Amino acid sequence: MQHGKYRFIVGFLVVPLALYALFVLWPFVQAIFYSFTNWSGLSPDFQMIGFDNYTRMFEDEIFWKALRHSLIFAVVLPLLTIGLALFFAFMLNVGGRARKGAAVTGVRGSGFYKIVYFFPQVLSIAIVALLFKFAYNPTDGVLNSLLRAIGLDSVQPDWLGDPDLALICVMVVLVWSTVGFFVVLFSAGMASIPKDFYEAALLDGANRFTTFFRITLPLLWDTVQSGWIYMGILALGAESFAVVHIMTVGPRGGGPDFSTIVLPLYVYQNAFGPGQAAYATTIGVALLIVTLLFATVVMRLGRRERLEY
Amino acid sequence: MGSTSANDNGGLGRRKLMKRSAALGLLTVPTMSFLSACASGDGDKKEEVKGGTKSAKNPLAVNETAELDFVLFDGGFGQQYAKDAVKIYEKNFPKAKVKFHATQAIQTELQPRFNGGTPPDLIDNSGKEQMDMGALVGQNQLTDLTALLDAASYDDPAKTVRDTLRPGIVEMGQFEGNQVWMLYYAYTVYGVWYSKKLLDSLEVTYPETWDQMIAVCKKAKAKGIAPWTYTGVHPYYIPFTLFPMIGKRGGPDVLKAIDNLEPNAWKHPAVKDCFEAYYELFKSGYILKGSAGLDHIQSQTKWTEGKALFIPNGSWVENEASKTMPKDFDLAVGAPTGIDSSDKMPFGTLWASGGEPFIVPAKAKNKAGGMEQLRIMLGEASSKSFTQSVKSLSAFNGGTDGIELTPGMKSVVAALDKAGKNVVNPRIGDWYTVLLKEKIGTAGLGEMMAGRLTPAEAIKRIQGFADETAKDASVKKFKRQ
Repeated sequence: MQHGKYRFIVGFLVVPLALYALFVLWPFVQAIFYSFTNWSGLSPDFQMIGFDNYTRMFEDEIFWKALRHSLIFAVVLPLLTIGLALFFAFMLNVGGRARKGAAVTGVRGSGFYKIVYFFPQVLSIAIVALLFKFAYNPTDGVLNSLLRAIGLDSVQPDWLGDPDLALICVMVVLVWSTVGFFVVLFSAGMASIPKDFYEAALLDGANRFTTFFRITLPLLWDTVQSGWIYMGILALGAESFAVVHIMTVGPRGGGPDFSTIVLPLYVYQNAFGPGQAAYATTIGVALLIVTLLFATVVMRLGRRERLEY
Repeated sequence: MGSTSANDNGGLGRRKLMKRSAALGLLTVPTMSFLSACASGDGDKKEEVKGGTKSAKNPLAVNETAELDFVLFDGGFGQQYAKDAVKIYEKNFPKAKVKFHATQAIQTELQPRFNGGTPPDLIDNSGKEQMDMGALVGQNQLTDLTALLDAASYDDPAKTVRDTLRPGIVEMGQFEGNQVWMLYYAYTVYGVWYSKKLLDSLEVTYPETWDQMIAVCKKAKAKGIAPWTYTGVHPYYIPFTLFPMIGKRGGPDVLKAIDNLEPNAWKHPAVKDCFEAYYELFKSGYILKGSAGLDHIQSQTKWTEGKALFIPNGSWVENEASKTMPKDFDLAVGAPTGIDSSDKMPFGTLWASGGEPFIVPAKAKNKAGGMEQLRIMLGEASSKSFTQSVKSLSAFNGGTDGIELTPGMKSVVAALDKAGKNVVNPRIGDWYTVLLKEKIGTAGLGEMMAGRLTPAEAIKRIQGFADETAKDASVKKFKRQ
């Protein structure tokens, strides 16, 4: 009884798909087109110049730096964020000692922790970035003040002013601000895992470690995978742009010695100001390819048997 | 409850549908769609308005009824001075409406208008979001202001506007050839800024040679004051004192070669001497700790609090730092300290140049109106009110008589007197903004002042950046004669 199903679905989707094509897909086509021109962004006149922008990009040292940093973001940030979020969510939902009346509970005060973790989520990323910028201030910032307070006067890093630290500083902020979302997402996923699985495991004498790896993670795998892709796209796109642009030093962000430059920021730096809009779209195309590759790789690696319950 | 394999579902399973919609969703990388949305303007280019009647009062033949669209950068100088000038325009042309708008986001607001072919008639293109001048000129987006310069001045019909300007202002608006693409309204003196009171308390005078500088630094440090600070977040402030120092050491031709992106321009011994002198400040611990991570406001505040003695800055600092500057600070500017008596130019050599560049776009509807508004601003009355309210000189030569000058202004006037003809004026920042700010500034000088590059490494790297720009066909080149 499958025929007609596609027609049925398409019937519902035709309007949203048309809107999607017009406002999302078409600009992509346009952007790819502009990457073959010398459009400045300052006047509507331009000529086709073939692959010049691409050759220029491959010879551009800063592009490679930006690409490297973006790839680091795409690999490290999901790993950290999702790892932490899984740990927190597990502790909040399953990790507690068994109390009277409930076989499976979270640690004490888990309701409170949930709010604490989720809190950064209500702040806009721009505010988060600004707050951390103050915290990282090398003279009056809270971090160095703390270090001084505990007698570490000799350890006063420049944080965002130090090319060796700046990228790490930025990544910490992104992890801090997104981990709460995944804690809530994974908590919801864990809540839908039947309690009797856990009870059975408890009866068998399984410890938390085994419970997590044998029951929770496999049953949560789909959620983890979509979370991974979502986080990767955040790390490659808008969020990384915002924090790097707002927090890091340099006239328009990008860190000392280009130490925090990422692809979306480099797109911005070229598009606005120096009249290199076509070159910016070229880097945008590179960003598109990187993002698609990332998603494909994650989907491939993540494919596994799925349980339905 | 049962187990199904991912690949084993007849028809369109939930998983497949989700996979497909996810794949589509992946296409939403945000930056790209945003970018191309603003490409290719709509093509309905507005016609330029007709000229009015030329007269002694209206030498530029402004259309008396045409609307004027004026966008001002709302920065360190505020917007009152421009508003006052707009009032004069409206009084002179009662039938004309002036659309005045002040903003900090010059580029965000105006780039789409340029691209769409409907830019305003007059723009103060300044601030953090300044549109790249080299790119605007290279793309033929600006009007030549020669007509304005040759028009009668606002106060005296016997003089042209050109005659009333400070030296160097007209040249700064030129990129190559004789056209003047922009008119700088403020007149900025760059140099080493300090509190005269603090310097006096150290019982020293302002140092003229580098040995003296080191001696002053030693004294300051002994008293617990950091001798120098700078904005590590905007390291292109360092050139404010370093470039004129290079010019003083090796003569103006060294700076000319740098501006012209000549091969090995940065390898001149004068550059090396000056870089090494500045590096010595870092090595001897004469720079306020943490400066590498401070922005301009933060470093200026440290400095007004008396935690640091010297800071490289421009004359806008008196207005900008006024909130934190103690009443008895006694602000002063020093011309860059040289190396020793073998310098090619005397002590007093400094960098003074226009600030707040005003432009009239090539596609503006009411070009004559834009120029007329500028002519009014360059009149004595407007210029005086500017100087008085924002503590900065304007491009109008004079206009300081009868005004009570603040300490900083007084020292600016004195510094200009002392410099006389020895004013150097590096152009690399106007011509190649990205090269100066992001490459030479942040990745070169900023790194050296933070101690992460030696002078030799910094020079090598900066020369590399300059060579790269010289080679880059997409950047329009300019030449100093």
